[in-house]
Amino acid sequence: MTRRLLTNARIIDPSQGMDETGAVLIIDGQIAAIGANAAATAPEGIDTEDLGGLIVVPGLVDTCVHIGEPGGEHRETIASASRAAARGGVTSLIMMPDTDPVIDDVSLVDFVQRAARDEAIVSVYPAAALTKGLRGEQMTEFGLLLDAGAVMLSNGRETVKDTLMMRRAMTYARDFGAVVACATQDSYLSSGGVMNEGLFASWLGLPGIPREAEIIALERDLRLAALTGARYHALKLSVPESAAAVRSSKAAGHAVTAGISINHLTLNETDIGEYRTFFRLSPPLRSEDDRRAMAAAVADGTIDVISSSHDPQDVDTKRLPFADAANGAIGLETLLAAALRLYHSGDVPLARLIEALSCRPAEIFGLPGGTLKVGAAADLAIIDPDYPWMLSKDDIVSRSKNSAFEDARFSGKVLQTLVAGASVYRADEGLPGR
Amino acid sequence: MVFPHRHLLGIKELSEPDILHLLDRADAAVQISRREDKKTATLRGRTQINLFFESSTRTQASFELAGKRLGADVMNMAVANSSVKKGETLIDTAMTLNAMRPDILIVRHGSAGAVALLAQKVECAVVNAGDGAHEHPTQALLDALTIRRNKGRLGRLIVAICGDVLHSRVARSNIILLNAMGARVRVVAPSTLLPAGIAQMGVEVFHRMEDGLRDADVVMMLRLQRERMEGAFVPSVREYFRHYGLDAAKLALARPDALVMHPGPMNRGVEIASDIADGPQSVIESQVEMGVAVRMAVMETLMAARDTDPVAEGTS
Repeated sequence: MTRRLLTNARIIDPSQGMDETGAVLIIDGQIAAIGANAAATAPEGIDTEDLGGLIVVPGLVDTCVHIGEPGGEHRETIASASRAAARGGVTSLIMMPDTDPVIDDVSLVDFVQRAARDEAIVSVYPAAALTKGLRGEQMTEFGLLLDAGAVMLSNGRETVKDTLMMRRAMTYARDFGAVVACATQDSYLSSGGVMNEGLFASWLGLPGIPREAEIIALERDLRLAALTGARYHALKLSVPESAAAVRSSKAAGHAVTAGISINHLTLNETDIGEYRTFFRLSPPLRSEDDRRAMAAAVADGTIDVISSSHDPQDVDTKRLPFADAANGAIGLETLLAAALRLYHSGDVPLARLIEALSCRPAEIFGLPGGTLKVGAAADLAIIDPDYPWMLSKDDIVSRSKNSAFEDARFSGKVLQTLVAGASVYRADEGLPGR
Repeated sequence: MVFPHRHLLGIKELSEPDILHLLDRADAAVQISRREDKKTATLRGRTQINLFFESSTRTQASFELAGKRLGADVMNMAVANSSVKKGETLIDTAMTLNAMRPDILIVRHGSAGAVALLAQKVECAVVNAGDGAHEHPTQALLDALTIRRNKGRLGRLIVAICGDVLHSRVARSNIILLNAMGARVRVVAPSTLLPAGIAQMGVEVFHRMEDGLRDADVVMMLRLQRERMEGAFVPSVREYFRHYGLDAAKLALARPDALVMHPGPMNRGVEIASDIADGPQSVIESQVEMGVAVRMAVMETLMAARDTDPVAEGTS
């Protein structure tokens, strides 16, 4: 089993309030000692790597990843997504249920777990559909799905329209302690819309989605969380009114949490420019004021989690007129680098960023990882927070190339990713062969 | 002057001198169309393809006639019921047509930005004949030509654009062009038919015709699509006509010499009363004539620009 020692590292682990220079001792794939004095406990002759002051953080835990397997393997497979994840410092990810067929049955949870075990180089956990076929009409077998290994109940990209259905699903989920994690967009109010409603959309002649479409759906779900006592997670929010609603629901003591995609923290609607479909997202990219307000909501902890909202789309769904294209952008490979923009801009402290990318999501969904405490699996990322680089399309390892960061410049890069102590990615060597 | 564009995708990319150049050329083209022998050799040997993903009788006929009067070989592709319906993408269609080596493509498409997307994939000149609710540049140019020939100028005129601005590419192109030429633009419509942020689009916003038409030099009516008349955006045709239809009483509030315009096809009794459409202030038929002239001017100018500077045309 893996035994190695990483020395001369700046260790940032918000799960134990640690930010200190020291060493990480890994024995049998687990953290055996960590911190300023850890090197002293290392056995003689252990494989040692001097990190020269690079930062070690718990591996990122991505709560919202769309994958094309089964049904859309030309867009992404579990294996290819895991390789993209490794490049981004992501060591655990939750795979959304909106595959084809939908993950609404135990056999599909089993399928994902088997593929994850055999082919993925990071940990992949399935989310199960909240309703059969994501149609919002009929509950799935929560108990059986959770027993089989599903870690989240989600309706994927779809918001359940029927409020009574949503109430019953949340009531039933409460008894299992499962987290119901949902996209929040009122399908009537957003009908036909393809980007943020406002002046910019009006000039482009594109139908808009008002912010109220998100706020109304979120406020409904938060009321239902209060009514049912269910654990509820808003998957991807985009406007400060939503953050305010989450803040007051939390203050009232309800079991609610919230996430945001990295895109909505680093991009805004003007990035769409002349109809660039890689910036067509759901929720839509909002204004710069919204982006900044949401970064502040991440900094103060109102928004718990940052996800990649990785959504691979091929040319058949993206190389189209804007209004006809699919939503979504890939994001696993750039998750950490993009997030570091918020650190460099001074909007979010580094420790809080790592917490939102790793510790909090692991905590909310009860996953191993998200910590470098002694005894935990040695899932970690080694990063240089200032490393300058540019994302070239040719370097993307996802099967789909629809990155909103193509040709973007970054400061900060993942240099190495470890899962259970073993390197699954080294920037100087690339990915292990396949 | 050397026209600095290889395509005409929107009014937004045009400067005031570009617009004046096109209007001047169009004035000359009007004379050609009024001759007995209407055929010129300006585009002889050139191939023009009209690619209409949305069906249109009038605009397509106007472009076809414009091309023929310039001597081009014109082909109409009725894409609305062809391979595109069978799943071929816009890009594939563009590449297929490109391989046939046309010189100019006239494209109408139901999605905003689609014509610009297509223009990236072909080597020939592309003219936007309407893309979704985005732009319809030749319509705005023909409107401007009609106004200029009747009023002698565009600057400082009060132009009221009335009706379904929300879904109208004609309105967007006109707002941009008229602002560029120094006109004062008003929009008059119920709020359900106005886009978000309209007040920041360089217009004065009115919700009552009685206010918006006062002292107007030009009243430009927009077509209301039938599917929007019955409850989704306005409650009924009769209510719409009562409040937003142009009739004699409302027109009386505009200047006595105000022009009445409509891009066609008209819904008589919905957005405009029949007697007004056919009345002495109406220049609606003149707009149709100016349409052919403007399209001749646009195609001739784009071809001349490419002949002067062929490098920009593409690599192969």
